[in-house]
Amino acid sequence: MLTIENVWKHYHGHSVLRGVDLTVRPHEVVCLIGASGSGKSTLLRCVNLLETVDDGAIYLDGEEITAVRTDPDDVRKRLGMVFQAYNLFPHMTVLENICLAPRKVHGTGRAEAERQARDLLARFGLADKATAYPDRLSGGQQQRVAIIRALATGPRLLLLDEVTSALDPALVTEVLGVIRELKEGGMTMILATHEMGFAKEIADTVCFLDGGVLLERGSPEQIFTAPREPRTQEFLRSVLESRRL
Amino acid sequence: MTQQVDGWVKSERQVERERQRGRRAFRSGSVASASTLVCLVALAALVTNAPGWARVRETFFNVEAFTEALPDVLSGFWTNIQIFLIAEPLILIVGLLIALVRELKAPVFFPLRALAVAYVDVFRGVPTLLVILLVGFGLPALELQGVPKDEVTLGVVALTLSYSAYVAEVFRAGIATVHPSQRAAARSLGLGHGQTMRYVVLPQAVRRVIPPLLNDFVSLQKDTALVSTIGVVEALRQAQIYASGTFNYTPYLVAALLFILLTIPMARLTDHLAARSQRRRGA
Ligand SMILES: Nc1ncnc2c1ncn2[C@@H]1O[C@H](COP(=O)(O)OP(=O)(O)OP(=O)(O)O)[C@@H](O)[C@H]1O
Ligand SMILES: [Mg+2]
Repeated sequence: MLTIENVWKHYHGHSVLRGVDLTVRPHEVVCLIGASGSGKSTLLRCVNLLETVDDGAIYLDGEEITAVRTDPDDVRKRLGMVFQAYNLFPHMTVLENICLAPRKVHGTGRAEAERQARDLLARFGLADKATAYPDRLSGGQQQRVAIIRALATGPRLLLLDEVTSALDPALVTEVLGVIRELKEGGMTMILATHEMGFAKEIADTVCFLDGGVLLERGSPEQIFTAPREPRTQEFLRSVLESRRL
Repeated sequence: MTQQVDGWVKSERQVERERQRGRRAFRSGSVASASTLVCLVALAALVTNAPGWARVRETFFNVEAFTEALPDVLSGFWTNIQIFLIAEPLILIVGLLIALVRELKAPVFFPLRALAVAYVDVFRGVPTLLVILLVGFGLPALELQGVPKDEVTLGVVALTLSYSAYVAEVFRAGIATVHPSQRAAARSLGLGHGQTMRYVVLPQAVRRVIPPLLNDFVSLQKDTALVSTIGVVEALRQAQIYASGTFNYTPYLVAALLFILLTIPMARLTDHLAARSQRRRGA
């Protein structure tokens, strides 16, 4: 469904992605792990065409989306993205945040868009927040709204960039619950995450990024219990140690 | 302050605390009033004891001249208000358009963008009075078909040209304060550049620039007096006419008071909005 082929990205002569290859099958959940600065966010932003790749290609449903003639807006209609800092629109209510793209990009009628939005809100336990403004919500609620906003356009693939790292542990649980439910519903997802326990539970494939190189990929069992690469072992050990402290 | 809260009876300590707070507020209020009064009295004494006060009172504060000039100056002032009311929306529209043109990044729009930059550079650089003179006397002199000859219209055009350059910059500054992550979020939802601007960036930007915009409009209200130079008979011109006939300058005071009366509500509104956005940010 999504194929990333030898993707490079540089900033000011410094490579952030160094020839990344990755394939995502329909209904697959891929977790990107790796140290801060290893290029996880950059990779997701490249898939969403928020960054232009400096080499290589990305294919979505067989179509090259990194081609010069592709319309980025057209690609983004098929993708959903959730950011670490939620990025809700502060001047709109929860309902307006969710309905904006369905109405203005996909041409859904107002009543229909609102009905769908309310359904989604109810499904994720936020029915009573429809008319609230984002600054009245807790971090976990805001992030759940951001996920619903990304879902509301019916994306083929959801990109989630460290959606829990700005949250208190208690709020992390509710957001992870949403993602778990999406997986059960068969949603295809790529998640950048620091939550190793969650990656272990939810991922079909775990990819370890190190300095812009996709160093190792495998099933969660393999990566977390028997990592092949010394760098992966080192990274997982350091994560374990920091947990203990 | 006296909220009904279940299971809460105000304690002795809280009652005492609130009484002290009340006393303190009363004391601050009295100090403020007293010091204001002292300042006013001192100022009045200084002015009225000045050697030329008798002459000044006669030429600037003449009650008779005041009541006599008031109707004419007031009717002239109505022209100022009309100019202001027509120019203000025009300035907002032109200013916003220029700001938006400068945000267009596609290469096709290069000429438009360059034009917008040049426009702002020129009209921000030239003194408003000069723009009014150039438009007021220059445009009709061209004798082009369709160019208005009426001075009020020309004055409105000149003020719009001059002020929309400032207002465009205010809008642009507002647009720049909207965090790039807001655009990223909008674009990731599939909204195009125009839609992102319209639904996400502009609503946030406009809210933030309302206080500085109001400030520019206070200044515009005063600058409507500049169109008297091209022959519009507005408040200042009326006062001038009256003063040159009688050698009494009280009509200027009339005009000044009218301008102050017009700008005070606007200034208070600006303060109010600024304070409100400050509170919001603090919350
Ligand atoms: N716009 C940019 N300009 C310059 N450098 C950038 C830019 N965006 C990212 N980088 C750099 O690219 C590298 C990878 O960043 P990226 O955000 O992809 O890392 P990450 O793996 O998501 O890290 P984290 O876990 O902290 O989110 C970093 O060294 C960062 O400084
Ligand atoms: Mg990141």
